Amino acid sequence: MTLTGQTSTRKMIYWGSHYLMIAAFVIFALFPLYWLLKVSVTPNDILYTEGVRMWPSRTTWENYAFVLTQSNFPKYFLNSVIVSGTTAIVTTLVAALTGYAFSRFAFRGKVIIVALMLITQMFPLVMLIAPIFKILAPLGLTDSLTGLIIVYTAFNVPFATFLMQSFFDGIPKDLEEAAMIDGNTRFEAFRAIILPLTLPGVAATLGFVFTAAWSELLFALMLVSSESASTFPVGLLSFVSKFSVDFGQMMAAGVLALIPACLFFLLIQRYLVQGLTAGAVKG
Amino acid sequence: MTTVTQTGKLPAERRGGFSKKLSGIIEPYLYVSPALVLIIAVMLMPLILGLSYAFRDIRILNPFSGGFVGTAHFEALISDQAFLGALANTAWWTFGSLLFQFGLGLILALLLNRQFLGRRMVQALVFLPWAVPTFLSGLNWAWMFNPVVGPLPHWMTSLGLMAEPFNILSDPDLAMWGPIIANIWFGIPFFAITMLAALQSIPKELYEAASIDGATTRQQFISITLPFLAPTIAITLMLRTIWIANFADLIVVMTNGGPADSTQIVASYIFTQAFRRLDFGYASAIAAVLLVLLLAYALSVIALRRAMTHADS
Amino acid sequence: MASIQIANARKSYGAVDVLHGIDLNISDGEFIVLVGPSGCGKSTLLRMIAGLEDITSGDISIAGNVVNDLQPKDRDIAMVFQSYALYPHMSVAENMSYALTLRKTAKEKISDAISGVAEILGLTALLERRPKALSGGQRQRVAMGRAIVRKPQAFLFDEPLSNLDARLREQMRTEIRKLHHRLGATSVYVTHDQIEAMTMADRIVAMHDGIIQQVGSPVEIYDKPANIFVASFIGSPAMNFLKGSYEISDDNGAGVRLSDGALVPVLQAQNAQNNQAVTLGSRPEHISIVSDADNGLPAKVELIEPMGLSTLVHVTLAGKPIKIFTMDRPNYPVDSFIHIAFDMAKAHVFDTSSEQRLPPTTEPHSGHKD
Repeated sequence: MTLTGQTSTRKMIYWGSHYLMIAAFVIFALFPLYWLLKVSVTPNDILYTEGVRMWPSRTTWENYAFVLTQSNFPKYFLNSVIVSGTTAIVTTLVAALTGYAFSRFAFRGKVIIVALMLITQMFPLVMLIAPIFKILAPLGLTDSLTGLIIVYTAFNVPFATFLMQSFFDGIPKDLEEAAMIDGNTRFEAFRAIILPLTLPGVAATLGFVFTAAWSELLFALMLVSSESASTFPVGLLSFVSKFSVDFGQMMAAGVLALIPACLFFLLIQRYLVQGLTAGAVKG
Repeated sequence: MTTVTQTGKLPAERRGGFSKKLSGIIEPYLYVSPALVLIIAVMLMPLILGLSYAFRDIRILNPFSGGFVGTAHFEALISDQAFLGALANTAWWTFGSLLFQFGLGLILALLLNRQFLGRRMVQALVFLPWAVPTFLSGLNWAWMFNPVVGPLPHWMTSLGLMAEPFNILSDPDLAMWGPIIANIWFGIPFFAITMLAALQSIPKELYEAASIDGATTRQQFISITLPFLAPTIAITLMLRTIWIANFADLIVVMTNGGPADSTQIVASYIFTQAFRRLDFGYASAIAAVLLVLLLAYALSVIALRRAMTHADS
Repeated sequence: MASIQIANARKSYGAVDVLHGIDLNISDGEFIVLVGPSGCGKSTLLRMIAGLEDITSGDISIAGNVVNDLQPKDRDIAMVFQSYALYPHMSVAENMSYALTLRKTAKEKISDAISGVAEILGLTALLERRPKALSGGQRQRVAMGRAIVRKPQAFLFDEPLSNLDARLREQMRTEIRKLHHRLGATSVYVTHDQIEAMTMADRIVAMHDGIIQQVGSPVEIYDKPANIFVASFIGSPAMNFLKGSYEISDDNGAGVRLSDGALVPVLQAQNAQNNQAVTLGSRPEHISIVSDADNGLPAKVELIEPMGLSTLVHVTLAGKPIKIFTMDRPNYPVDSFIHIAFDMAKAHVFDTSSEQRLPPTTEPHSGHKD
């Protein structure tokens, strides 16, 4: 009796501290987001006087209303959706092809290409802004969403490729061989059999690239000058650079901008872990 | 059934066959080429162009600039106190962030590797900071460190860590902690995701065998979990070191390198030189030095790992 | 259906040769089993026939046409994989109809073909299920069905039964044989299991180190193994081997002198010289336990292994382990001595250095290697 009593106390202490630590992590992860939300619903006149209160005495939706109806934000938002969405789709397509080749073929120059992709992850990207501007300008791709999409796609392809490769590695080779015997060419087998089986991987990659493109500020700032082609991070910054910094409106815009990225991420984070596990088992 | 019999005799079939071998050789390159073209056009070519700037005088507002200056930028760098300070700050920023991101990320992964009520929900929530745009989290954290509108200074005062609430971002001795904490918040999910994936790929039988052999939980962690995680830890730590050293967004947004250059890292110094002083030549020279340092770091880590695995076997 | 010819086919990966000049003619409707230990090249050869591996040199023809340069999809062959390779996101019916759909076969024809084959294989009730919802044996049948529906020139099997448990394997072995009788399709079957090879093949192709060691009917392979490798690989429990030297006695008899000085009489072997280093080979069922010390050699009992139908007696002779198969129920104590005798007519003599069998002079010359 005493023995089981002891172990059950021990178990309770273990699970107690387990949940306590989990709670600490959840609070640490969510509190800043909570604060963002709090500032966004605080009326301007009490923004500073009640700055450190956990919840303001009055709340307002005015900031949201202003952002949605009076500002350029809906335009920025739309631009961001177009840029991030297209980047995510194109990157995933390109990365799926390359990841498949890395997973299934042994070919001359493979090591060099892999090394090249790894090295691109070491670039200080700041250094590339001026040269990229110089290359894109004569092509008319500066100050355009297309130019931004091309740049983002190139930046995200290496990591997306490694991610897709780990998903393909988890799918037996026999399947496309069976399809090739059944009458497919290799590419048809890839499209009709392998790709549908990698849908979780495709989802994870889409989500990953979408969030990355959604947050990018530096290149959006430097490659685009007109308001009509600005993405929302640039728009958010425009709140700061004006005479009166309206933090309430800025935070409201920030919260709105968070929604699609977070939704996407919530959907795919499970597949992200799955995909990396599949890769880890193999490698 | 008879298609092979009929077409097989045509001479054209032999040519089709020649193309089978040839297409077998070409096929992988067709799959790789879109990525390769993009990376060469948008990353490799600009990199080479950027490296060439390091040897030229390129100042945007100066119409007489553009000439070849040899190694003048690099000579200037050696005596540039701000650069040397940024070098030290980069080490501090990188390893300070990395240590906590990794330590807390590993703990989080271990917690999530257990089955418990609401695990999936918790996992989704704690990974959320990864999805928040970095400059937005920078702005938000800067806001929270401000004693007028943020709770953090008041909490620290209540805990006795501060005599009275003040903004650590304006204290040269403490300012670096601001971006580091924001970076920890942002980076824990990355380590947690990779570590969790690695943990879930450890065969369960190993733990069963170990517990039958009488190993305690701690012994199991040391003799099974850690060795299995080691390769993942090594590769993610290396890649993240490089990534964080290059990651200037949070610093630019939160402190802009200040106060008094106390949070200036090499990456943010490049940004300052290029876009505040518009001296692209000098900025490129700094970037080239950073690239060389990071490459040297990566190669030495790889060499070290190889030497260690060789010593093992 | 079609015949398959393989002429001097080689395969190398860089400097490593996996297959060294394979020659093999498979006739229309024949069931051929490629057997050998893992790494012997049997799967590579099968995959070369399928078109999944390139041929480094040589020719492979199906129905008289060289197919070296044809894509797998253009060879009109079907293959059953070890892992079954069923498409997880398709139902059983979709799996089976995939190839026909790609060939743009008419819908009614496809559904007729599928229901016919499903009937034969007992899959009718499972047609709408996904592979995940099937047992191992059912998946195996679907994989078979997917191949049969196509009515291909030839069937290729890559160790299709090795993921099944023993009982199911035995059952499927019989079923595949029956199907073969029924369809009469040219089949190439790869296995490392010599029992599958023995029970299923019209002809066995025994392979080792990328070389065909022997081609022949199961009985031929079992009774007249071409060399030590084939003799040891086929048959379970394996053949016993004892090294010695060949001796011709005055009365035209012959024997093998073992290392301990004992002489085992054998039939006179073709091309064997006096004192030639040879290896005596005898299957466990061709050694008998004798009561009479004059006619037997003394052997020490190590272990008695009852196998149900029979009993296996492990002994040591001349310091070497020997297995003896007996239908009796012996109960010799361990470490006791018994006397054993080799069946002279069934014993094999192999040249020790070349490992080739030296057939008895009474046996007509035969060229197995075709």
